[in-house]
Amino acid sequence: MAFELPELPYAYDALEPIISKKTLEFHHDKHHAAYVNNLNNLIKGTEFENADIIDIITKSEGGIFNNAAQVWNHTFYFDQFGKDSAKEPKGPLADAINASFGSFDEFKEKFSAAAKTLFGSGWAWLVKKNNGSLDIVQTSNAANPLAEGFIPILTCDVWEHAYYLDYQNKRPDYIVNFWDIINWDIVSGRY
Amino acid sequence: MAFQLPDLNYDYNALEPYIDGQTMEIHYTKHHGGYTSKLNDAIKDSELETKTIEDLLKDVSKYSVGVRNNGGGFYNHKLFWDIMSGSGGGQPSGGLLEAIKKDFGSFDKFKEEFNTSAATRFGSGWAWLINQNGKLVVASTPNQDNPLMDVAEVKGTPILGLDVWEHAYYLKYQNRRPEYINAFWNVIDWDQVAKRFV
Repeated sequence: MAFELPELPYAYDALEPIISKKTLEFHHDKHHAAYVNNLNNLIKGTEFENADIIDIITKSEGGIFNNAAQVWNHTFYFDQFGKDSAKEPKGPLADAINASFGSFDEFKEKFSAAAKTLFGSGWAWLVKKNNGSLDIVQTSNAANPLAEGFIPILTCDVWEHAYYLDYQNKRPDYIVNFWDIINWDIVSGRY
Repeated sequence: MAFQLPDLNYDYNALEPYIDGQTMEIHYTKHHGGYTSKLNDAIKDSELETKTIEDLLKDVSKYSVGVRNNGGGFYNHKLFWDIMSGSGGGQPSGGLLEAIKKDFGSFDKFKEEFNTSAATRFGSGWAWLINQNGKLVVASTPNQDNPLMDVAEVKGTPILGLDVWEHAYYLKYQNRRPEYINAFWNVIDWDQVAKRFV
């Protein structure tokens, strides 16, 4: 069965002024949609035609991998936003952040540095390891920590298309503002 | 001696409507300017300060990732600005045209191969026309790598380059990279490309 583009779980202007309506329209309706469409075309007649998205991400390579991972990454990214929610992590995730990074502020600093310094297109991730501890990883282009056996908890898209209309070359400003739109209820639930 | 941001030989709006003035200004002052100052930071107080950019790129695997990323960014953008002009477009002539016909079949076939290379580079990078001792090939590189680098899959001297980082086209073309690639052919300064084909 073909993959479908998930609806954005909020209005296109819901994240203004941090992420503009125009950016979300292109990011969701064009970029995310293209990855879904490309993936469906690429898997036709292959072993992945009826596979689960995670299966495709962990077993494929090349164009199929790139598009499958970008489908998953964008769904995961868009799902974690919303302005009316807890401003900080809670419950077991809050404890794990303190245990792994010392404090929420230290975690924010490390995650922001990872997002700032990823060269080229890619993603910064907060991931959960097998032992429950947390780590921060960077991936290039479409790459996704699932393929390394980590469980993603939070991500920041640092492809230029995620911020260029709103911030141009000022990626650090996008990253500073990114913290104000995270829906920590949803992110805490992923841990 | 520190590297200097090279002059842009035309106004920011000289390539309109194909490349807009706002994109040119940010691309040149912020992105190219940023690579230049970060390259200087990466080589500061080391023996690398005395090397030419070509020498740095040739042995780039020996140096820090900052030299690779910013040295590439410094070189690539200079080449990119130099091979474009507001009175560009058309086709090359003379020896360059002959070489293109010999190695690709026709100018149109070369164009098609170059366009495919630029369109299919996943993520950030560059598409190139490369001179390999008289033989021309098309290839692309990720991020700010280029064919002069010892780490490049396809090596040689780049004589034409197209920036396909999203910052090169997003303000005007957004997700429509193919439109930007088509527009590029209207601003190529073939005399400048031919000068590099030696």
